[in-house]
Amino acid sequence: MRFYEDIEIGQRRELGSFTFKAEDIKRFARQFDPQRFHLSEEEGRNSLFGGLAASGWHVASVCMKMIVADGQRAASEAAARGETVAVWGPSPGFRELRWSIPVLAGDTLSFASEVETRRSSDSRPEWGIVQIRNRGTNQHGELAFSFLGTAFVPRRRPGA
Amino acid sequence: MTQAPGPDSGPGRSASHTGEWVEIAAKCGHNLTSAAIPPMMMLTFEDFPLGRLGTYGPRHVTREEILTFAAEFDPQPMHLDEEAARKTMLNGLSGSGWHLCSLMMRMMFDAFIGRAASLGSPGVNELKWVAPLRSGDDLTLDVDVTEARLSKSRPETGIVTFRAVVRNASGQVLCEMISPIIIRRREGAQG
Repeated sequence: MRFYEDIEIGQRRELGSFTFKAEDIKRFARQFDPQRFHLSEEEGRNSLFGGLAASGWHVASVCMKMIVADGQRAASEAAARGETVAVWGPSPGFRELRWSIPVLAGDTLSFASEVETRRSSDSRPEWGIVQIRNRGTNQHGELAFSFLGTAFVPRRRPGA
Repeated sequence: MTQAPGPDSGPGRSASHTGEWVEIAAKCGHNLTSAAIPPMMMLTFEDFPLGRLGTYGPRHVTREEILTFAAEFDPQPMHLDEEAARKTMLNGLSGSGWHLCSLMMRMMFDAFIGRAASLGSPGVNELKWVAPLRSGDDLTLDVDVTEARLSKSRPETGIVTFRAVVRNASGQVLCEMISPIIIRRREGAQG
């Protein structure tokens, strides 16, 4: 993981791809979002989604899974180069989350992240605040999911 | 497990109601059969005036749930390992913020979405994670309607914007969300 000083606006990372299987869609939905178009192929086909659709929160949670996996890859790469690994802080939230089109059973989303803003924190000089746009694009190249997340990123030289 | 009422469970499904739904679906590019039409007796746009909709819960959250969600979707030490979590900014094991969002979704489903003529949500305007979710928390949910307007592109529907706030048992705010949901208008609503 990078330090605040290493982060530039426009930096982009491919986070990897994930295929939404019907069983996973239904399992998530039974627990958190049991609307019928998330539970049954037939109900999904007959809904505005046109097929068994993943809960939007399932899509968001999978995106987080990809973000964490990418962070772990980046951390082990940095460690292998003998660099100090930055440990990012918790996120205070996000804005502009969009479920643009449905994610249907069998769809594969490719996730990517792109840095949009960075600023130092007045109240916490050891941290910088970074906004990152995360996007999920399906196998047809259509943007299905995106949000602008905020993260606390440690500074290599606090206050510098 | 709670589910939305099945398509045949509600009384009074009328031909014009069915036609309206088929029409909405056709505009969205889908072929809809009458089996897909939600039953009447559902909450419609008109049932969401501005102001407090309600307070819901409590929903108890166990340590096991927190660990299970984190292992699948958010395997960071602060969500998985007590010892490692104590050294982080959150100062102790906490649930994933996305777990909290998903729990909020379920509480909203049980509260009103499960019986609303909802066509889904286009997204979330803003979400703030204010304080960490802890194992053993009993969550309550306050929901307010902050905006309700008719859809220009689909006059059969309205867009209701909700503000949802999750608190723990001591009243501390854990997260706040502002999100719109598209909801069908009452049958026969004009203009």
